[in-house]
Amino acid sequence: MTDMDQATYAVSGAIGSLGARVIFDRIEKRYGSVVAVDDVSLDISPGEFITLLGPSGSGKTTTLMMLAGFEIPTAGEIYVDEDPIAAVPPYRRNIGMVFQNYALFPHMTVGENIAFPLQMRKMSKAEITRQSGEVLDLVGLPGYEGRYPRQLSGGQQQRVAVARALVFNPRVLLMDEPLGALDKQLREHLQLEIKALHEQLGVTIIYVTHDQEEALVMSDRIAVMNNGRIEQCGRPTELYDEPSTRFVATFIGESNFIDAVVERLDGTAVCVEAPGLGELRAPMRSGLTAGAPVMLTVRPEKIVAVGDENGMAADMNVVTGTVDDVVFVGEMRRYVVVLPGAQRLVLKAQNRRGVQGFARGDPIRVCWNVDDCRIV
Amino acid sequence: MTTVTSEIAQAPRAAQMARFARLRRLEQWRYVLLLLPALVFLIAFYGYPVAAMLTRSFSEPGWGLQNFEPLLQARSALDAFGLSIPMNAYIRVFGITLQIALIVTVFTLLLGYPVAYALSSVSPARANLLMILVLIPFWTSILVRSYAWMVLLGQEGIINQALIATGVLAAPMQLLNTRLAVYTGMIHILLPFMILPLYAVMRGIDRNLLRAAGNLGAAPSAVFLRIFLPLSLPGVAAGCLLVFILGLGFYITPALLGGQRDVMISMLIQQQISQLNWGFGAALALVLLLMALAIYLLFTRLLGVERVFGSARA
Repeated sequence: MTDMDQATYAVSGAIGSLGARVIFDRIEKRYGSVVAVDDVSLDISPGEFITLLGPSGSGKTTTLMMLAGFEIPTAGEIYVDEDPIAAVPPYRRNIGMVFQNYALFPHMTVGENIAFPLQMRKMSKAEITRQSGEVLDLVGLPGYEGRYPRQLSGGQQQRVAVARALVFNPRVLLMDEPLGALDKQLREHLQLEIKALHEQLGVTIIYVTHDQEEALVMSDRIAVMNNGRIEQCGRPTELYDEPSTRFVATFIGESNFIDAVVERLDGTAVCVEAPGLGELRAPMRSGLTAGAPVMLTVRPEKIVAVGDENGMAADMNVVTGTVDDVVFVGEMRRYVVVLPGAQRLVLKAQNRRGVQGFARGDPIRVCWNVDDCRIV
Repeated sequence: MTTVTSEIAQAPRAAQMARFARLRRLEQWRYVLLLLPALVFLIAFYGYPVAAMLTRSFSEPGWGLQNFEPLLQARSALDAFGLSIPMNAYIRVFGITLQIALIVTVFTLLLGYPVAYALSSVSPARANLLMILVLIPFWTSILVRSYAWMVLLGQEGIINQALIATGVLAAPMQLLNTRLAVYTGMIHILLPFMILPLYAVMRGIDRNLLRAAGNLGAAPSAVFLRIFLPLSLPGVAAGCLLVFILGLGFYITPALLGGQRDVMISMLIQQQISQLNWGFGAALALVLLLMALAIYLLFTRLLGVERVFGSARA
């Protein structure tokens, strides 16, 4: 398989190659007594776009640095296509990387920056010129060879950094908060561009960010990291709709949390008792026993305000409370509802004709589908 | 409040503009005022004496260029240091001076570059600690350090004693009053002037650039030669310029450690002035000053002022 890919590349000479499979096998990194990365295992498929998402200090960058070779793990092994690489020096790894501040060489022109990895690989001048031109076309900066990095805008520098990381056809591309220094509009534009580039090239991309929205937009899979561990790894919709820990529920999107105690398990659902709210139901989850304190989480946009009509469907959780705050955010209104027992609930209602509006102090009755909430 | 605003708004536009121009001028004069005390001091106690001294090269004993003639004359003899130095002795002294300054510059660079590299690579806290080791000798008087070298290098000095005690030498070696002693003393004294600008530039080099080069396939030697070295060149230029120009004017160290043949320009100037040859001494000083200026201009022309004294990130 590998040989065939390389043969294809040698014939066509095009930028881009099939991505490699990357496996983190029980990786650990300690600095003295501080555990920066704690028992991280991850199996990344060839050509996958995976994001390590987490707050600063969560170990996501350290994990990336170990794959790039700038940090050596304390324990565990990293495999790229079955080859253990944890002890291989960075310059023999053949892994592309886009740095947070781009790390373009300031004393070299764009052309020289892009030629650098090819020169290190002892390519011929003609080959270097051809491949540099091709990769600059790819990132939309044709003819920029003669400029110096300082003469470029932030977005252009970012593209040059991507071009330099791709020009030597690495099978894995690492990106460490590559859009962090750019303004929101440009960032959103480049997110889609990088995603398109990924689809076009097929390279495996491991992307690090603390921006959950960026992670949701771009990734095939997201590994949410916290305190050096992977809290949950899955497709964006999985993480959003079925967070398995409280941290994931908070870090990705907005969530409500309701304190409750497990009352009984009826095979398909968990019935919990929330103080002041009565019985609420949630999808079944293993490892729960009656009497255990748990938290029920539900997204604000899954909650709807309803009139006091009877005959609610059986698969709905219904609670009543008082509107405590109303914030108008354009396409919707955000209500903070105080429930009996002083718990709070945030819900978002579409700003649309026919949707009933509420004012502060109004009594409100809200409900959500049982399948839309989780026990965490 | 409203009345004040409306008053200004009603003032004719020309008057408004004049008022703002006045404010801007005041702003500029503030900086001149800040510079003034230092400027007055420098002009009175440095600028004037230097100008007066250099004027003497043309005015003593009479007006003219006669003081510069000995520098160009061949085949005239000079009695200095009890020796009869042959013919173009002055030119030779200039030659020796340039040679000493050059060799000292090269060796301070060779010794200082690795030190600055190490300092810039360790954590800032440890770098500050190590920097004190560089600065303590820097804060010690040149005279004291030159005497210290005399103690170390003398016939009865520690180095000779140690070599004899270990049986390496049978009799003391001539270490003091040699060119080697001059080089040793000057390199020791000038080393911090090389390390400090090198360190300042190297600290400013983004370490991610080195990581990026490694990531792109450069082995450590290539990372150094293609990335670190070029980016540290402004520091090399600044350090070399500083050490070379300071070296040109060295006096105490070569006078104490050097032999009879290790005469530098400043020693010649001192000798002329002590013999009350004010005019000729001033002429030598003028030539030395012009040499330093020429070298400075050459450096900044070749590399650009902002590259010599700017940071690597500019």
